[in-house]
Amino acid sequence: MTIIDLIPSTIRMTTPLGYAALGGIYSERSGVINIALEGLMLIGAYGYVVGTHATGSAWGGLSVGIGLGILFALLHAVATITFHAEQIVTGVAINILAIGVTDYLTPAYERVQGLPEWKLPVIGSYSFLVYLVPIIMLASHVLLFKTPWGLRLRAAGESTEALKTLSLSRAKWQYFGVIMSGILASIGGCFLASDVHYFSEGMTAGRGYVALAAVIFGNWRPLYGIAGCLLFGFASSLELADLWNIPDQVLKIIPHVLTMIVLAGLVGRSRPPAALGKMES
Amino acid sequence: MNIRITLNKLLIYTFVQSRKLLKNCYPQLLAICGFFLLCGLVLILRGQNPLEFYTTILVSGFSSFDEFGSVLFNSTPLIFTGLAVAIGYQCGLFNIGCEGQLYVAAFAATLVGIYLYLPSILLVPLCIGAAMIAGAVWGAVPGILKAKFGAHEVINTIMMNFIAVALTNFLVTSVYQEPNQMIPHTSKIYENAMLSRLGSYIPYLPKSNLLNDSFVIACVCVVFCHIFLKYTRWGYELRLVGNAPDVAAYGGIKPGVVIIWVMALSGAIAGLAGVSDVMGYRYRFLDSFSSGWGFTGIAVALLGRNHPFGVFAAALLFGLLNKVALDIELLLNVPRGLFLAGQGLLIIGLVSIESLKKKNK
Repeated sequence: MTIIDLIPSTIRMTTPLGYAALGGIYSERSGVINIALEGLMLIGAYGYVVGTHATGSAWGGLSVGIGLGILFALLHAVATITFHAEQIVTGVAINILAIGVTDYLTPAYERVQGLPEWKLPVIGSYSFLVYLVPIIMLASHVLLFKTPWGLRLRAAGESTEALKTLSLSRAKWQYFGVIMSGILASIGGCFLASDVHYFSEGMTAGRGYVALAAVIFGNWRPLYGIAGCLLFGFASSLELADLWNIPDQVLKIIPHVLTMIVLAGLVGRSRPPAALGKMES
Repeated sequence: MNIRITLNKLLIYTFVQSRKLLKNCYPQLLAICGFFLLCGLVLILRGQNPLEFYTTILVSGFSSFDEFGSVLFNSTPLIFTGLAVAIGYQCGLFNIGCEGQLYVAAFAATLVGIYLYLPSILLVPLCIGAAMIAGAVWGAVPGILKAKFGAHEVINTIMMNFIAVALTNFLVTSVYQEPNQMIPHTSKIYENAMLSRLGSYIPYLPKSNLLNDSFVIACVCVVFCHIFLKYTRWGYELRLVGNAPDVAAYGGIKPGVVIIWVMALSGAIAGLAGVSDVMGYRYRFLDSFSSGWGFTGIAVALLGRNHPFGVFAAALLFGLLNKVALDIELLLNVPRGLFLAGQGLLIIGLVSIESLKKKNK
């Protein structure tokens, strides 16, 4: 077992984290804490399996997954942005809701088809979603930091009043941020489900929270965020590697312990958007 | 004459009190009504009779002492986790780690219960103490990380949940599993560590009813939390740090220290939920025994307005739901996920209504 053997599993572990983390960046940059990433991923995975089964095509599954993700993100957006509900509480509630809905309507299908795969020399073939990660990462970076739209989105997250002075709507940009997080996180969920070809209860297993830690690790920037996801993805891939006869429960906790250490070490140094979680009174 | 005046006073008192309650708690009542209406709506969409759903709930929950005892039995762990979340919340902390805290606590109680052979007057407090310490340690870690490094407790408590589940799973399957058994559970705890069933000394309640002494502990805990929060110096510090950390710091209270001990206390109380399962029901540690009590605790605390008595009432409601979920599943073929989904919507609706109420003030 060498490091090279860990590359494929690292890539497969990083991809769903990467989508969720990019989604989290959009939401948090606009000032809305999004602990609901976990639930958005779960509902995305669920939508993929149900949609693929219903339409007979992986593309149908992807659209249903994204659709459900948008729906759940909208719920979070309406509660937090329009009604000013506490963002962490709503996020946790969305996660509970996602577990409940997927349990209530558990799909009994055995195996659904995966998304189309593209081959890469040496390392193997992966779903096309894997190759989209760096593209979306770069696009997000450009959008957030090089365009006026990105400036406005970030202004929404930095101050409750800034956009108002330009007679722009802060809520509109926050809606955009949260819905983007719904789209991206649910794509991450779709990847998870298409990778294993089935849906199981609680299959996201805390990835949404790990992704959120990657957002903080990456200082709310797409490039560094993906770097954080790679770190966590590598840690999770150890779990599958069966190294040195370490019990798999011990390997399972590595990403979680790593998350806590990273958070403790970095929180003081990384700077969250100034108006994150704040609503004008 | 005298009696009439007293009666009148009593009537007026109850009227005023219930009006006050209604005025303060209408978001809660609204959310609960919405929850039940929504469930009925889902039943209609499934092509079933919603009235059947409501009568099943009433029959399954209240038709006899036995049934109601089971409701109380189901509420017991939720009282503990609800209190744990509520205490944290009053201090501005969001403890989502009850699930992990109750697992490690349950395991600590099991270990003490298996390996110590003592008379029950010593063993029961020892087991409970061990559980509370384990839960406190598990809760204190995110507290320390928050106080020292500023790491948000929400992510850390969730990470601690995963670590606790993996850790206890490892211990149960590879070290302490009962010999010659396929089920991942430990051997039974010593008889002296078991809590007795209430049925053994309360008439009307059958001896087979699972309601046990842990419910009494839960009631004591509710009263303790109320007195602690409202009438002690520490409770005052706790609430002050939660509501105005700057004022607290100016007044000579160290918010960091308060955060650490509040998280420890919250973890210790959550740990009692593990005790109620190990010492009151199963008498052993079963791998992943909790059916999401830690997370339901969040809904319980919110619905109970983070007040100990409110938590008690909300825990009864959710205990009822957990109890009847099985009957609903058996009789009406409705999966229990419906209640979980409803719970999520209930929380979202509740916090939305509450903030609207605040906005309109």
